[in-house]
Amino acid sequence: MLDIALLWEMRGLILQGLWNTLWICFLGCLLALSLGLVLAALRLANPRLFGYPVACYVEICRGTPLLILLFLLYYGGPSIGLRLDAEIAGVMGIGLYGAGYFAEIYRGGFKSIPKGQLEAARMLGISPWHALIRVQIPQMARLIVPPGTNQLIILVKESALISIISVDDLTKNATTIVNQTFQVIEPYLAVALLYWLIIELIARSGYALEKRLANRQPRQAAQQGATPHANG
Amino acid sequence: MFEILLNHYPVLLKGLTTTMVVSLSAIALGLVLGVLLAFGLTSRYRLVRWPCGLYRSFWRGTPILLQLLLVYYLLPEIGIEIAPIHAAILTLTLNTTAFQAEIFRSGISHIPAGQIEAARMAGISAWQTRRRIIMPQVFRLTLPPLTNEIITILKNSSLISVIAVTELMRVSEQIASRTFQPLETYLAAAVLYLAVNLVLARISAYLERRMSGGLATE
Repeated sequence: MLDIALLWEMRGLILQGLWNTLWICFLGCLLALSLGLVLAALRLANPRLFGYPVACYVEICRGTPLLILLFLLYYGGPSIGLRLDAEIAGVMGIGLYGAGYFAEIYRGGFKSIPKGQLEAARMLGISPWHALIRVQIPQMARLIVPPGTNQLIILVKESALISIISVDDLTKNATTIVNQTFQVIEPYLAVALLYWLIIELIARSGYALEKRLANRQPRQAAQQGATPHANG
Repeated sequence: MFEILLNHYPVLLKGLTTTMVVSLSAIALGLVLGVLLAFGLTSRYRLVRWPCGLYRSFWRGTPILLQLLLVYYLLPEIGIEIAPIHAAILTLTLNTTAFQAEIFRSGISHIPAGQIEAARMAGISAWQTRRRIIMPQVFRLTLPPLTNEIITILKNSSLISVIAVTELMRVSEQIASRTFQPLETYLAAAVLYLAVNLVLARISAYLERRMSGGLATE
């Protein structure tokens, strides 16, 4: 039988872990989303100069485990004078790692917009910045929400790794409870359920956002987005 | 970094071998189980679909580190003694089964219904249809996401260092604590992971090019 009383007794540790997981994930994902946009924008703005370095960065993120990056930041950092708290190393690890994936997602979004639209915007005397805000981003938002949501979910799940560099997150505190009470199933299952809940919330928000963006889109633009070859 | 690679390459290579053995065993086992689970997910019977969906949801919806700890600590609790490396392979297999099943399910849904109807008309049994008609096409269709999954599992196998399997990550930790050069050591490990994954991506791209002919999905 599951011992619910045990979980209630240990609610302090579980809530502390939940709080730490939430804020570290939030900041980490924010960093990943913004740094990824910067990388994608750099690559788009000047492919000759930034194309190769950004592509390398993306490959490194895809090809190496997050755990290595966390260890590099937390244990390797001090050798080059970079002393980070475990929590900050966690935020930076998730952010730097996620940025590589988000850069690719944004790039896919940018590329899906027919060039003709940008040329038309330029012909009409709309500034590049204005074209970005008014033409490109609204259209690509719809396309990048599903893979973006997916990536956020992956990052939340990978955030469990920060427990290994001694952050008191959900996973670490669950292990603490296991070691204190010698009960394995209750703490781990409870924490698994909490992760599941966070992820379900992100997934639902993603669907909702996707729906809203699809409705807001003028029909014509939606059609253009669907058949880029027709006007490019 | 190069110094670490040069001085410690026998241990590092041994660690890398363990990483590869664990990951590839999990991938291979997960391939078989994943195909079966994909059939379960696309079954006609709700009683089959529902538990398969629940399995997929749990293993895709929780962190793999948590799954690893749960398997590793739970099994002895219920009287099953298991070596860390076997617990590692088991967890990675159970995890990748769910992800691969989802990849195959989406592949199966891309096979035109007409083919299956035609097979039924021709008197080919459901099982034969799956084996001879559906799956050969699905494997070709799903090669890119499958490669991603293999790379993901290789990366996730670094977690099993937590339960004291001496794979690449664990070996690097040992070297780092002995040489007091964590930065160089972990960079060396990162390069090894990256190299393996780049090679895998190349092989997959090559296979994809070679097998791109002969698809009948129109």
